[in-house]
Amino acid sequence: MHRSGELYGQFETLDQQKESATFGMWIFLVTEVLFFGGMFLTYTINRKYFFTAFGIGSNTLDITLGTTNTMVLIMSSFTMAMAVWSAQTGRKKLVPLFLILTLALGCVFLGVKFVEYKQKFDHHLVPGYGFDMTYRATHPAPGDDPKEIALEKKEVQEAFASDPDTNAHAQLYFSLYFAMTGLHALHMIVGAGLLIWLIKASLGGRFTPQYHTPVENVGLYWHFVDIVWIYLFPLLYLIDRHR
Amino acid sequence: MAEPSEHIVSPKIYITIFLALIVGTIVTTWAAFQNFGPFNIVIALAIATAKATLVVLFFMHARYAAGRTRLVIVCALFWLAIMLVLTLSDYKTRQPRRSRLVSPAACYYA
Repeated sequence: MHRSGELYGQFETLDQQKESATFGMWIFLVTEVLFFGGMFLTYTINRKYFFTAFGIGSNTLDITLGTTNTMVLIMSSFTMAMAVWSAQTGRKKLVPLFLILTLALGCVFLGVKFVEYKQKFDHHLVPGYGFDMTYRATHPAPGDDPKEIALEKKEVQEAFASDPDTNAHAQLYFSLYFAMTGLHALHMIVGAGLLIWLIKASLGGRFTPQYHTPVENVGLYWHFVDIVWIYLFPLLYLIDRHR
Repeated sequence: MAEPSEHIVSPKIYITIFLALIVGTIVTTWAAFQNFGPFNIVIALAIATAKATLVVLFFMHARYAAGRTRLVIVCALFWLAIMLVLTLSDYKTRQPRRSRLVSPAACYYA
């Protein structure tokens, strides 16, 4: 037997039951704020000390893919909000439709992220033995824009002139980049799993104006993950773009 | 007995918020390419905070939520502030000599 909105003995009313569940979700999100907060703190301190290395690291990220992905995620938040609205107003056919759209947009986000990660592996920008900030400027691929490569070469040379340890400090940036976006992506994958569960349930018409707490709470989680990205995008992609 | 049921936010508001968030994304990207000196980061964080506030208030229904839910949100921000402010003030006031921070690469590979 799965729950379908009957009143449990410890609650007075259905409203109280629903509010308790939502309240619990918010408490969970507080722990998530502090979980991500620690990473943002680490980022802030290192960015302050190694600004030049963080700037050139940030400039290697693809701004078009980053901006597109931000918009994709915002749109998925919108479709998630619409799924909650459909459940609240009893539009049973729309609920799975909006949930599927949300899942699809989430998968697009993760796909773009995969492409971005692959670029970093190709350009030797993954922290570890092969890390080399100068690699891309000295080994341009056939499709690369020569102007962009020249700009990157100049920028990297200037960074090394002001800080000989640029390779070590840029690795700090990329460690944080992979840790923060990786943790965010992990949350997206968990969210995708939750969405699949909701889609299955909603196709059976389980969510009604009286009972849609799971949709509401997964929505809260999904929007929270969106908020994390809203901060990650300017902090990781836009450190030192005006060159 | 009948408590006021949940507030339903209309799709019109959701669409408005969605458009505002898209505009915010475009503005923040544009602003990053302008040279505002030390204010670049301030502008970026201000736009991000405005966007996050819109998401919390409307997508997450905090604007229509019960007082205790709002209290939870304020607590989250307060605890986050404790963590950030106390740690950063420590780094600000107990900073080791700069020469020790810019240490030889060896210590990163050791």
